[in-house]
Amino acid sequence: MQLALIVLLPFAGALLPALFIRAGRNACAAATGLVTAAALALLLSLAPAVIAGETIRVGWSWLPSLGLNVTFFLDGLGLLFAGLILGIGLLIIVFARFYLAKQDPMGRFFAYLLLFQGAMVGIVLSDNVLLLLIFWELTSLTSFLLIGYWRHLPEGRQGARMALAVTGAGGLALIGGMLLLGHIAGSYELTVILERKDLIQASPLYLPMLILVLLGCFTKSAQFPFHFWLPHAMAAPTPVSAYLHSATMVKAGIFLMARLWPVLAGTDAWFYLVTTTGLVTMVLAAWFALFKDDLKALLAFSTVSQLGLITMLLGFGTTMAAVVAVFHIINHACFKAALFMTAGIVDHEVGTRNTRRLGGLARLMPVTTGLAVVAAAAIAGLPPLNGFLSKEMMLHEAGQTVWAGQAWAVPALATVGALLSAAYSFRYIGHVFFGPVRNDYPSKPHDPAFGMWLPPALLTVLVVAIGIAPALVAGPLLAAASAATINAGLPAYHLALWHGVNPALIMSLIALGGGMLLLWRHDAANAVWLKAPRPEAKILFETGIDRSVRLARRVIDLIHNASLQRSAAVTVTVVLVVALSVFPGAAELRGDRDMLPATPVALAAWALLAAACAGVVLLHRQRLLSLILVGVIGLIVSLAFLQFSAPDLALTQISVEVVTLVLMLLALNLLPLQTPAESNAARKTRDGLLAVIAGLGVGAASFAVMTRGFETISSYHLANSYKGGGGTNVVNVILVDFRGFDTFGEIIVLGIAGLAIFALISSVGTGVSGLRLAHWVPSQPRSRDHHPLMMVVATRIMLPLALLVGVYVFLRGHNEPGGGFIAGLIVSIALIMQYMASGFTWAQARMKMDYHNLIGWGVLVAGLTGIGAWFAGRPFLTSDFGYVTWPVVGTFEVATAIAFDLGVFLTVVGAVMLALATLSRVERMAEHQPDAPGPMDLDPSKPAEA
Amino acid sequence: MELLLASAIALLTASGIYLILRARTFPVVLGLTLLSHAINLFLVSMGRLAVNRPPILSDDAAGYTDPLPQALVLTAIVIAFGMTALVVVLALRTYLETGSDHVDGDPPGNKP
Repeated sequence: MQLALIVLLPFAGALLPALFIRAGRNACAAATGLVTAAALALLLSLAPAVIAGETIRVGWSWLPSLGLNVTFFLDGLGLLFAGLILGIGLLIIVFARFYLAKQDPMGRFFAYLLLFQGAMVGIVLSDNVLLLLIFWELTSLTSFLLIGYWRHLPEGRQGARMALAVTGAGGLALIGGMLLLGHIAGSYELTVILERKDLIQASPLYLPMLILVLLGCFTKSAQFPFHFWLPHAMAAPTPVSAYLHSATMVKAGIFLMARLWPVLAGTDAWFYLVTTTGLVTMVLAAWFALFKDDLKALLAFSTVSQLGLITMLLGFGTTMAAVVAVFHIINHACFKAALFMTAGIVDHEVGTRNTRRLGGLARLMPVTTGLAVVAAAAIAGLPPLNGFLSKEMMLHEAGQTVWAGQAWAVPALATVGALLSAAYSFRYIGHVFFGPVRNDYPSKPHDPAFGMWLPPALLTVLVVAIGIAPALVAGPLLAAASAATINAGLPAYHLALWHGVNPALIMSLIALGGGMLLLWRHDAANAVWLKAPRPEAKILFETGIDRSVRLARRVIDLIHNASLQRSAAVTVTVVLVVALSVFPGAAELRGDRDMLPATPVALAAWALLAAACAGVVLLHRQRLLSLILVGVIGLIVSLAFLQFSAPDLALTQISVEVVTLVLMLLALNLLPLQTPAESNAARKTRDGLLAVIAGLGVGAASFAVMTRGFETISSYHLANSYKGGGGTNVVNVILVDFRGFDTFGEIIVLGIAGLAIFALISSVGTGVSGLRLAHWVPSQPRSRDHHPLMMVVATRIMLPLALLVGVYVFLRGHNEPGGGFIAGLIVSIALIMQYMASGFTWAQARMKMDYHNLIGWGVLVAGLTGIGAWFAGRPFLTSDFGYVTWPVVGTFEVATAIAFDLGVFLTVVGAVMLALATLSRVERMAEHQPDAPGPMDLDPSKPAEA
Repeated sequence: MELLLASAIALLTASGIYLILRARTFPVVLGLTLLSHAINLFLVSMGRLAVNRPPILSDDAAGYTDPLPQALVLTAIVIAFGMTALVVVLALRTYLETGSDHVDGDPPGNKP
């Protein structure tokens, strides 16, 4: 539980900075710091057990059948990374408090930072790889927000987008790789996967899986050739760079390689892919770093190079190299975070981070200089600092590695990498802090506030402490983390400054000497650099993006050029192609089921339907006529339902038909009555062809199904309808009981449709459409008798009768054809008749209900009925029924399902009435008729005026 | 009878799709209505045809037709109404906004 809390705390805490910023910047930073400190304290409380070799697990299963579980585990490696993320995170928060300017929105910054922190901790503590993938994607998203924090800077936005594109693309590859890995291992739990090395490495899917996983890791950890996003991400505020690029974001890829090391490493494919990538990255990036004038760009490439070093070590595949890799992860996090912060201090206090405008700061900023010198010397690998230790161990491992039969390649290149690292570190010190004091700094340099140099100072203390007493300071953590990485026995190793004169020491000395030489001859080297071709990654990346956008646009234009006709035709064609591809292989169309004899009535109805269909197609430009024909078709369809033993459907269809017709007539009053002839013959032929093929296909499919026997699952419903649901109308029992949840969703959809119609119409009186309505001229002459006497009287008499029928149909619905849907439609029709007879204003004034509320009540009643089942300890929407005996009336059945059906009824009435009433309102705006004083135009009770 | 229903479904589908491919909103709405009819009949036909076998339990019933497709179609009819109503109102609002009832808002001939 504590473990899950470590992950959840930063996420939950992300709300705090947004709230506390109102209380000031100190409160905001303090709240953020407290969240991180609390998470760190929780982690530390678990640390002793983990260092003693225990693995702490916690988890909840969610969808175990799919391997989806929320499971976390903490071992040495997780402890190391979570410690780095939270510990350095805490220092970054302090640093950022002093770094951010007054006009920077600090609440947002810290909120993003905490979200990012939570995602990172999630990655390193996840046991389930699917959960890990979610956190992985979250780091891509939150780092996007952090890198683009200064929204006003175009470089910030571009850098953020590039980082998201590259790491996001890698994330996609990783999803594929992890799914394959889980598939091969037969489990998505890391703790299980890590035990199945033989199974995984023997699988034929090992290589594709490895490549996909490595793509994810290499993009995240900025390995060549995906390194280019990292320097562009330097447009972020320095605290972000210090956090993301020392201890967290870019280490995620390294973490994953270390995490999966036991099952992935040791093969040739792993060795060549990972070692080569790491080696190339280390050398190239160090070379680039040497010539960057921007301090942060220099540090960015230095980070890329150092990550390359760690990657290479993991690639070696030996247990000792893995230990060194873990050790260098610790060391790099310490000195790189400190260095980024010193670069931030220089930028903050001097006003520039361009080395060409810096130099001689040693005397002006002694504290900063001291910190920067120690941290940079650690990268260079000077004793007695931690960087010296891990670099010596790295060189020692490299010295024993043979690459493709060449024993010299890896050691030589590793030495070159170390040499270049020493050179750029010396340059960082030499060109910024030493040399003559200048008189043209953008602002007067001075050491920063205590809060700003304290975080890097703490880290440099660690740098020195680990260097002097490695076994004491870092030994236990390193042992625990390495053991977790290797997942087997630790190799014998000895952490010490002095190992005697050995090849590694000689390589180290060559690197340091060469580094000095290169700094001394920096101008000459720079000339070589400037002459060499330098492909600009940003331009390549942007051209690539532009090209793919153009290609995508061309494809989209082809199938979807904003013309509904074109996309509808494409959709129909695609469906036809897919559906028809099944037909050739099909057996005979006609099955062996006996067919029913055709009756004369059915033949007549069919002929009517065919004629109506033909009429609609041929005469569709005469809109009123085609609407009437569609009404005829609807009637025949409801007759068909009746014929084929579906009385409920027949009732529903016929009442919907009435409502639809009224609605369409209302709309047609405002729409043109004719459709202009636009389609040419070719278009008509194409559409006709599509339509005929589709018709034949659907007809053939239904015929093939109808003439074959089948097994239905409905025997369950038929058997249990009365026993379990308490009703004899099985269709209604299915709706309100067996499949009540579906029905619940459907009434919500209906309600939303009603509300959407209201929303579409509520603003119709404004703007262009309002003007058009105000100048409306009816296309047809109007009858002078708006509210005919006969109709008013008839509908008035029919209202109570129709309502009674509605209630009757509702009540009997559980046992006989009827129910909430049909009753709702019948009641709606009864109410609409009043609108038609006496006009909108008159009827609306007497309709004492709000249709919005009716929809809301309907959904609420249905939902509450469902919830009611919880109190009986049953699942949502379980219905119950019993028998009640009332005096006089007798015994009758009461089912909770009727309350649910009442909800359905209310929603249907509300949605139908809302749709029609809002449409009537538009009509009134267009008609410009004065409201009639009474229910009809002539009041028969008064004497007619002469 | 099966042949009659299958051909009726075919007719409704063909007319519906032809109308859906028209350029003005009103025929498209009518086409959607016809297509809904076709689909509803198709779904009911999946339960096979039976005459005088309504799924209403009683002691003297000779048998019952499959109630499940009917339950599906019942809600489908009501939802289809909701959809038609929404599309009609959308078409109306578009016509009032743009002065044209072309499905794309601006017919090729109407461009300034």
